[in-house]
Amino acid sequence: MPDEKSGMSRRSSRPGETFGHFADVHQEFARSDAAPLVAIAAISFDLQPRTLVTLLGPSGCGKTTFLRIVGGLIRASRGVVQINGRDVTEPQPDFGIAFQQSNLMPWRSVLKNVLFPMEIRRENGRAARERASELLTQVGLDGFEAAYPGQLSGGMQQRVALCRALIHCPKLLLMDEPFGALDELTRMEMQDLLLDIRAKTGATVLFVTHSISEAIYLSDAVVVFSKRPAVRADYIEIGLPYPRTPEMRYCSEFTALGHRAGRALGITR
Amino acid sequence: MRGRALARAVYPLVGVAVILLIWQAYTRVFAVSRIVLPAPSDIMLASIERYDLLLRETWPTFLESVYGFGLAVAIGIPLAVCVASSRMLNLTLYPILVATQSVPKVAIAPIILVWFGLGIESKLAIAFLVAFFPIVVDTATGLQATPSGLLELARSLRASPVQVFAKVQFPAALPFIFSGAKVAVTLAVIGAVIGEFVGSMSGLGNLLLTANSQLDSALAWAALVWLSILGILLFAAVALAQRLLMPWADSGHD
Repeated sequence: MPDEKSGMSRRSSRPGETFGHFADVHQEFARSDAAPLVAIAAISFDLQPRTLVTLLGPSGCGKTTFLRIVGGLIRASRGVVQINGRDVTEPQPDFGIAFQQSNLMPWRSVLKNVLFPMEIRRENGRAARERASELLTQVGLDGFEAAYPGQLSGGMQQRVALCRALIHCPKLLLMDEPFGALDELTRMEMQDLLLDIRAKTGATVLFVTHSISEAIYLSDAVVVFSKRPAVRADYIEIGLPYPRTPEMRYCSEFTALGHRAGRALGITR
Repeated sequence: MRGRALARAVYPLVGVAVILLIWQAYTRVFAVSRIVLPAPSDIMLASIERYDLLLRETWPTFLESVYGFGLAVAIGIPLAVCVASSRMLNLTLYPILVATQSVPKVAIAPIILVWFGLGIESKLAIAFLVAFFPIVVDTATGLQATPSGLLELARSLRASPVQVFAKVQFPAALPFIFSGAKVAVTLAVIGAVIGEFVGSMSGLGNLLLTANSQLDSALAWAALVWLSILGILLFAAVALAQRLLMPWADSGHD
């Protein structure tokens, strides 16, 4: 059914143009009372520019750890982690991160929360303010600039966090289960919003989730993580065209992709 | 909503009124001596009739408490920053802080009097000593309790240590600082009175002792009432400062 609309389809992987390169990424954590905990055994894949790639895996499998490695928040024990051909050793200015919790500051208004990254960079001039208002309008929060996070619902808070992650026009957006704490309907709304914003900004997105349907609905490709220590259980190219519509969740291709992910996760046979 | 607010104002008043009535009845029915236990009406009368004396004596106690509290804030918060930011300073200072705190203030009050004399300085010093510990402890706790997610966010944005402190840690610690300050300000009044008891020429504590020795119990009780009012007002002032400085705190839930 979505194929009728495939005029809109865009296969985003263009060969020869790699944005992120991850090879044999291995991560272990020292423990005082036992052998080191191996979180990630070996993960390799390439991230094409302007694509949305999801890391899918069971809870505690190391996908968040992997995201933190890519974000430069921790360093991998071994392996190659490159963005734009450069090793990532620390957080980069053109990265944006949205965390599992919205991590908003209760003492800052919505607008000031969104502007926080610009304030840290000392670039919170008029242009930044305008962009913040624009982003807030895009996510349907215009009129809430002066509100405090405590006055917002969970879904609204995550939208503010999304605006904050996007305020400095990042080239790479890292998202760690940002919709995990939301109810199903809000979550689906947020997924469409993310795809919409992604289409407008053209950012490359690395998204972590443990929801199979979320992974398929959002992504150009899904990297399936095995249980800890994580290895790449599968790499699934999602052929569905963009823009994605809620109806696609019920098409046979979507279901088939879900089966494949389920098999890779060891849930279905 | 309005009914609930009304209930919140009325119920405590009713409770106090009932106690005062029983007290009043008891002193009248059993003809209790005014020296042993003055009736609430006597105390009220003394509080009002001799308000000029009470007001005059409230002023020094107010100053001693406020200065002592102010000093406790001015020294306690920077000290807490040191304790919270450096493990070495934490290990060095914390035991000393706890040790000074476990010394009864009433016991060192005479020594302080010898050092600072009968004037305001000795009371201020004692008020400071009792007030500063909760401020240091609560501020240090608050600075160390910054949500890890916020620290990680700051790190992902490559914030400098100064930015992390000023924009994340300190504001996140404000609720802790204020809860410490609320305890501290009431303790400062107690500290000032301890100082006045040990040796002074003015203040509500001094008046209380004098009235007591003259068997003017109604006045002594009136001084007590004024002291409580002073404590409540200072507490309310800190609570008001909190509401002004942390407008987000009461904007969320209920």
